[in-house]
Amino acid sequence: MVIYGVALLAFCYLVGQIFGEYLGSWLGVEANVGGVGFAMLLLIVVNSWLEKQGKLDSLTQSGIQFWNQMYIPIIVAMASTQNVKLAVSSGAVAVLAGALPVLLCYLTIPYLTKAFKPSTNQ
Amino acid sequence: MELLLKFLEKNGLVVAFLVVGILIMVADRVSKRLLFSKIPTPAVAIIFGLVLAYVGGVITGGEKGIADVKFLAGMGQLGGSMFRDFAIVSTAFGASILLMRKSGLVGAISLIIGIVVAFFVGLSVAWVMGYHDAVSLTTIGAGACTYIVGPVTGAAIGASSEVIALSIATGVVKATVVAIATPLLAKRIGLDNPHAAMVFGGIMGTNAGVMAGLAATDPKLVPYGALTATFYTGLGCLLCPSVFYLIIRTIV
Repeated sequence: MVIYGVALLAFCYLVGQIFGEYLGSWLGVEANVGGVGFAMLLLIVVNSWLEKQGKLDSLTQSGIQFWNQMYIPIIVAMASTQNVKLAVSSGAVAVLAGALPVLLCYLTIPYLTKAFKPSTNQ
Repeated sequence: MELLLKFLEKNGLVVAFLVVGILIMVADRVSKRLLFSKIPTPAVAIIFGLVLAYVGGVITGGEKGIADVKFLAGMGQLGGSMFRDFAIVSTAFGASILLMRKSGLVGAISLIIGIVVAFFVGLSVAWVMGYHDAVSLTTIGAGACTYIVGPVTGAAIGASSEVIALSIATGVVKATVVAIATPLLAKRIGLDNPHAAMVFGGIMGTNAGVMAGLAATDPKLVPYGALTATFYTGLGCLLCPSVFYLIIRTIV
């Protein structure tokens, strides 16, 4: 059933987020420390385990897939509700902070490709 | 008219579904027909979103972008942190332990290098441009990873909406540069085989940009780039608001 997928996702989300909250308070930072990342890790582990057991039917999967497909629309909605008016004046930061790392990253690719050539034979 | 506005206000979230749907449809047309897929649809759509936020800010003088326009307040619900984090977690569904093994050591190393370089170079730019508090620096650095890592990190550590907007814009610039520059640079960086594509996916990590860039270079390489890029946003969401934030907090 579709709700199983949604519920499974909810379970991973809640466990990951609460873990992030506790980790934050334990470290003495007022922040959710890595909650979304933990939730994703948990989903990967649970998903792989259920798949092995053959317990992930296509309806359950579609309960998760729906949200997977919704994330760009949600990001668009989020973008439209930020304080962009104030941010525009520092737009140059976005352009430079977005472009500079990319250029640097391009430079590393040939070296990495060479360095790891023998270890993988894809 | 008043009845209509009240009605739209009452059904805010559903109105937001429709508005975002139309926005993405227009963005898709613009991306495919006007820009010949050189800038991927998600990047165009997010730019539209940011423009909308700007318009909202100008009209109302508020801080919540278009959500300050009453009958579009539902955009705030749809784009709120709960739905956002929920949907982002679901993107890990495509990944599995099997895929992790497949991408192997080279995947893991290129992912880590990619995230570290993006984060710290992005952060340095923000520092030079006058941001000196740990929260803003971390958020903009995270935005240099992807347009998702930025806002997730910003929300987790309590950044201001303005800085979160900057981090989204930073991520969009990155996706756009990757999409446009990759086919131009492909030959020079040896991006013509699956192995290099996996390195590329892990280093760049911005999904839409990686896929558009590889598709324009050689469509056969797309799945290999996607294989490693899949893990980038998750790893970024894990590292930026935790390890990286703590490091920056101690330094600043």
